[in-house]
Amino acid sequence: MYVAVKGGERAIEASHRLLEAARRGDPAVPELSTRQVSEQLPRAVDRVMAEGSLYDRELAALAIRQAAGDLVEAIFLLRAYRTTLPRLGNSEPVDTARMLVRRRISATFKDVPGGQILGPTPDYTHRLLDFRLADIAPTHAAQGEDTVQRDRLPPQEEPMPRVMDLLGREGLVEDETPAADEGQPPADITREPLRFPAGRDARLQVLARGDEGFLLALGYASQRGFSNTHPFAGEIRYGVVAVAIVPEELGFAIEIGEIELTEVQMVNQFAGSDTAPPQFTRGYGLVFGHQERKAMSMALVDRSLRGRELGEAADSPTEDEEFVLYHSDNVESSGFVQHLKLPHYVDFQSELELLRRLRSEFDPPSAQAAE
Amino acid sequence: MACDDRPLLSARGLTRYYGRILGCRDVSFDIWPGEVLGIVGESGSGKTTVLKCISARLEPSAGTVTYDTRTDGPVDIHRVSEPSRRLLMRTDWGFVHQDPRDGLRMAVSAGANIGERLMAVGARHYGQIRETATSWLGKVEMDTGRMDDLPRTFSGGMQQRLQIARNLVTAPRIVFMDEPTGGLDVSVQARLLDLLRGLVSDLGLAAVVVTHDLAVTRLLSHRLLVMRHGTVVETGLTDQVLDDPQHPYTQLLVSSVLHP
Amino acid sequence: MTRVSTVAPDGGYTFAYLDEQTKRMVRRAILKAVAIPGYQVPFASREMPLPFGWGTGGIQVTASIIGREDTLKVIDQGADDTVNAVSIRAFFARTAGVPTTTRTEDATIIQTRHRIPETPLRASQILVYQVPIPEPLRWLEPREAETRRMHALQEYGVMHVRLYEDIARYGHIATSYDYPVRVNGRYLMRPSPIPKFDNPKMDRSPALQLFGAGREKRIYAVPPHTEVRSLDFDDHPFEVQKWDQACALCGSTASFLDEIVTDNQGGRMFVCSDTDHCDARVLAGHVGSAAGDRDPGGA
Repeated sequence: MYVAVKGGERAIEASHRLLEAARRGDPAVPELSTRQVSEQLPRAVDRVMAEGSLYDRELAALAIRQAAGDLVEAIFLLRAYRTTLPRLGNSEPVDTARMLVRRRISATFKDVPGGQILGPTPDYTHRLLDFRLADIAPTHAAQGEDTVQRDRLPPQEEPMPRVMDLLGREGLVEDETPAADEGQPPADITREPLRFPAGRDARLQVLARGDEGFLLALGYASQRGFSNTHPFAGEIRYGVVAVAIVPEELGFAIEIGEIELTEVQMVNQFAGSDTAPPQFTRGYGLVFGHQERKAMSMALVDRSLRGRELGEAADSPTEDEEFVLYHSDNVESSGFVQHLKLPHYVDFQSELELLRRLRSEFDPPSAQAAE
Repeated sequence: MACDDRPLLSARGLTRYYGRILGCRDVSFDIWPGEVLGIVGESGSGKTTVLKCISARLEPSAGTVTYDTRTDGPVDIHRVSEPSRRLLMRTDWGFVHQDPRDGLRMAVSAGANIGERLMAVGARHYGQIRETATSWLGKVEMDTGRMDDLPRTFSGGMQQRLQIARNLVTAPRIVFMDEPTGGLDVSVQARLLDLLRGLVSDLGLAAVVVTHDLAVTRLLSHRLLVMRHGTVVETGLTDQVLDDPQHPYTQLLVSSVLHP
Repeated sequence: MTRVSTVAPDGGYTFAYLDEQTKRMVRRAILKAVAIPGYQVPFASREMPLPFGWGTGGIQVTASIIGREDTLKVIDQGADDTVNAVSIRAFFARTAGVPTTTRTEDATIIQTRHRIPETPLRASQILVYQVPIPEPLRWLEPREAETRRMHALQEYGVMHVRLYEDIARYGHIATSYDYPVRVNGRYLMRPSPIPKFDNPKMDRSPALQLFGAGREKRIYAVPPHTEVRSLDFDDHPFEVQKWDQACALCGSTASFLDEIVTDNQGGRMFVCSDTDHCDARVLAGHVGSAAGDRDPGGA
């Protein structure tokens, strides 16, 4: 006896209750606080802010909790919230040369003015599980607090110039190319649909909030020969910059807060072209928070995407603007991949009908008769 | 309107630089209806650059290319609107690539390859499209029973025949050919050249054939342009240029062929 | 199930979720789309609280045109009670507080995924389609810059090459859904993945048809009474699916049928995919072979 499926609404409600229970886990275990997430999972928070395209540590931490640690889902939550926010104004460009630097290294010079500053990095740790972190008893944890040195940064007296600017003075590296339409406001991919060919401004915006895994894979591919960029890590810096706006009624800039940024400048070999002498070219990465892997990947991909502009062959996927930019947003890709879970009865029925017809035309009549 | 007493295509002062590198410089010539022009020279001589410029695939840095259209008479092909230029390219012109894979749609059958241009200009009767495709397979001496096979199942020589049929189906008046027999075995080459010569004369086609192979041009072309370092060093009737070369470079070219 | 229900809107967000600036931007895109039938207008698609690929284009179009006096119907696969339809209807009930309905004739806006209702639409109605991939030339040419040029120059021959291949290989055109159409004799258009069974309903429909592709950031439209032609050949004309069976519930022989697997032995039955149409027929006294198996009033 067939009864048409009804009650979708109740089934969905029940599913939501199960989801909440799964998120909470064993109620006997104390619930994480948003503050604990933002303080103790800062790298996860950084990623969600960057790809969620909204700098707010508390909301990002909340999204991570709500998504039960699924970062791509948390990014989606933050993005959907971001849509509803009014735009009160545009900030002035941040000046990373005036960054309060927590970490800064260059792989191209042994020493640079301002020095190499290792700062907080897992780079030189041995990746051995630290069992002291396993199930710390509350008392133990309290003792641990004391042993964790809250290193204060020495006050930074002067702005720390960017390494690339030093090369620039010699004319060995291309100028920071002003957009061809200098004077025009930069593209805004959150307000205008992406069009091709896209300017570097739009490309960098897409990459800055692009999926870390996707960009990492593309950057890696570019190093393995699916591109021709020959990169050096000119400078990687991470620290705090001030954000300022110029309110119309005041007419001068006032600082409204600080954000953490990771900036990467890649130096790339370049043979020169019809119009440009041989010189180093730049690939640029800038990301919210402390995310060196993402910022480096972004810089590699940025340079790959400049292949055509620089007169290179540009026939690898990493150099294909439409391929890279259309597929780097994980809110879009996750949604479309997972939409295959939605009902497709009608299309499937249409294909079924077609296939049966094709089969009946293909099968010899005797086979049909035997059915 | 087009007319038989003036050139079908005229190039004047064609110059093309790739940045600071010279492609070709100050190349001028005329092609008359039904005439086959050969352009010879070694790699890097600029012959392919000239071919691309006159077939609107590449914009020259200087100079003009005038084509005598059926409806509007002579037009500068680099100045006309893109729709008219594209229409010319898929109706009145043909382009035969050295590598047939560049000129064929490899994912669709031989019949669809031949039918594409017809459908692009509005043919909507499946049966008639198929009939025309069959007749063209016959004209390029291919097995009509292989109409529904994919190009990759054909040999190199057969793919080249298919590419030619695909181009000729809309009865173009001029066909541009870039080393049409380049990648083929000698015996296959000979048969293809024979076919081309027959088609060109039967259909009264004009053609420009770029090749480094003097044997090809002796067989196909009425007139010859010899290029070196981006410029034309000698021009004249094919037999005259090949049998009595005037320019030292042409002499070298001819002698190197005759005495390898 | 109540036919028309009103739910109070959620206090936290603006009417129909999107802010008024965004709605204006979307409406401008819609106006342009209506002015150039079948042309894909790029628009700055927003992230919505539902995932891209799950109807965000249709939702943004609906959110931008809906008013308090509208009555909304949402269907997926022809049915009002599939999960995605339920979810989207609940979204608008919550954020806009408009009355919703399952009856096609009572709705002023119908948002749909993959079907056009069997009940003919009226002049005052708007049909909003959810579109996954708007570009009809996409599988033939992956590059957006190139497909836009092909549209500009009406270089559509390659689409017929595809249909030619179908006939050469199978004896007939083997595209069963998302079947390409030419709108108003100009733009080639993807009707979204509706079965080709529904294509004839688009032609000269008195209702306004709007198409929203959220992830791909495109809006296009078919204004009322506009010609929509399914591509074909003179000697292989366009034709729609037919079933040997009638709907097991209402006996309809003129509607699109879903195949339902009823047991593990491969037993199956065919019923209308448009649940509202089927219910209405049953109420009107039509019967199918399995009549009585379903309570038309709902579960």
